[in-house]
Amino acid sequence: MDAIILLTLTGLGLAALYFLVASGLSLVFGLADVLNFAHGLFLGVGAYATWWAAGNLPGAGPDGLGFVVAVAFGVAAGTLMAVLVELVLIRPLYSRTIEQVLVTVGLSLAGVALLQATWGADARPFPRPAWTREVTSIFGAQVPNGGLLLIVAATLVLGGILAFLRWTRYGLIIRAGVENREMVTALGIDVRKAFTLVFAIGGAAAALAGALGSVYFGTVSPQQGGSLLIFAFIVVVIGGMGSVVGSAYAAVAVGLLQQFVNYYGTSGLGDICVVALLAVVLLLRPQGIAGKAVTA
Amino acid sequence: MSEPVLTVEDLSVRIAGLHILQGVSFTVAPTGVTVLLGRNGVGKTTTLRAAVGLTPRNGEVRGTVRMGAQSLLSQRTHRLVRGGLGYVPEDRCVFAGLTVAENLRLAERRGSTPAYDRVFALFPELDRRSRQRAGSLSGGQQQMLAIGRVLLNDNRLLLVDEPTKGLAPKVVTEVAEVLERVAESVPVLLVEQNLAVVRRLARDAVVLAAGRVAWTGDAQELLLETALTRSLLGVGSAEGHQPAGPAADRQPTGTAVDRVADHPATAASAPEDGS
Ligand SMILES: Nc1ncnc2c1ncn2[C@@H]1O[C@H](COP(=O)(O)OP(=O)(O)OP(=O)(O)O)[C@@H](O)[C@H]1O
Ligand SMILES: [Mg+2]
Repeated sequence: MDAIILLTLTGLGLAALYFLVASGLSLVFGLADVLNFAHGLFLGVGAYATWWAAGNLPGAGPDGLGFVVAVAFGVAAGTLMAVLVELVLIRPLYSRTIEQVLVTVGLSLAGVALLQATWGADARPFPRPAWTREVTSIFGAQVPNGGLLLIVAATLVLGGILAFLRWTRYGLIIRAGVENREMVTALGIDVRKAFTLVFAIGGAAAALAGALGSVYFGTVSPQQGGSLLIFAFIVVVIGGMGSVVGSAYAAVAVGLLQQFVNYYGTSGLGDICVVALLAVVLLLRPQGIAGKAVTA
Repeated sequence: MSEPVLTVEDLSVRIAGLHILQGVSFTVAPTGVTVLLGRNGVGKTTTLRAAVGLTPRNGEVRGTVRMGAQSLLSQRTHRLVRGGLGYVPEDRCVFAGLTVAENLRLAERRGSTPAYDRVFALFPELDRRSRQRAGSLSGGQQQMLAIGRVLLNDNRLLLVDEPTKGLAPKVVTEVAEVLERVAESVPVLLVEQNLAVVRRLARDAVVLAAGRVAWTGDAQELLLETALTRSLLGVGSAEGHQPAGPAADRQPTGTAVDRVADHPATAASAPEDGS
């Protein structure tokens, strides 16, 4: 019983991480048709900027309010990076898919190389508040607080994005644009502003994943973003491109499947099951769980 | 007559290597309905989309299109629309996942007060169904929404592409009535296959054939000349049959038909006739 609770909660923690990365990826693809392979870089920037801020930024630190400031700095850095990437690299290449893939793949490789050159290839210990290293006892299971923090953060982000999509004008534009971008422009709306905004939201969520994921793992390394990105892409496809709610469901499915199978089966089998799940979804429901519509 | 609201000069559109429009020229009068006719696949939609800047990326547009003195072809779609060029696309394109109210709210333009009273006066149904998802509306209701969306704002010209396509006769009449009222205050360039609707609404007609303008003139006159409509549109009677289907002669027959002498229809490099 304890094991099941523990696996469920750590699985949900993993799901939270996937969701934070996948939500932005899904919106960006749904709205702008951009497969952004540089999305993992936003995660890396968020993690390293938080790490740097905790050690160097006045007012920031590894604990208490200082830690909040450090994470906020990391999120801001990831957001800024995402906006710059959209404006400078993606914008000139809209509807040129091959070039986009090349540029974003190139950028993510260059980004990882740059992080490595600056701070080394090895994982570094991540400064984190003492309580995140502790565990909370839930129905007898000893659950790491870092995982719970991820779950809370992802839930808040999910709620925030849905409220934004549901209640704001830009949210309306994004939902409409995912359905039919051209028709949005034919109503007199500059849909490109919404593209930039979606990149910013995605960058912020990924950077938060970078910061809180590093808290959970206790270390930060340049490759972190890349490996998470693969599963985030799978989550996006299973959930349905452009659907935030779909991404949330898919993230939970993938996270739980991975944890349980890796525990009860052999380690590594979980990843294979995830790929199998992807194949099944693609065969039975190629548009993903939620299809190509943002449901708010 | 006074200055045209829209002037199309020597418009050529090439998409994916196909030369769809080959030097189309016509004008749209500043009042009333000008109807754009032609067989299926002749390039009517292509013409409207070129004017509003929605030619696909693999397409190439040449020539000039002016609304008043403003040149349209170099501008991005959302700017043209904000400048008063309203576009109601073929197949309606309402946002299926959004409610009726959200579809309308999306069409509000900054800096001008949305005329909900005008829209709801024309389409009381939209008011009653404001919380319904647009995807679950009937075809007729979706068309009302597509038109209502555009009428929320003041326009200098409306481009309306086959608003009666696939609708029941009674709904066709309703749509025609609405367009008739709309055209009292805004000029309309209308693509329409239903000749009964054309007869009711149109003052001027422009007929496309083989990538060019084959005929322009008084719409009512065109409809009276059965031989002419048959050769241009492939229909015999003017009773609202779809001008599709296998037609005996694909081309207008020479100068007797051709009032626009500088654009004789030539069959030489005609694009595919989509019908
Ligand atoms: N994106 C595109 N790619 C390739 N060909 C296209 C494209 N858009 C239009 N065409 C071709 O251009 C021609 C004109 O199409 P268009 O839609 O303008 O015709 P239409 O006169 O509006 O026909 P209909 O009465 O059936 O609506 C057709 O032969 C069509 O196949
Ligand atoms: Mg058409």
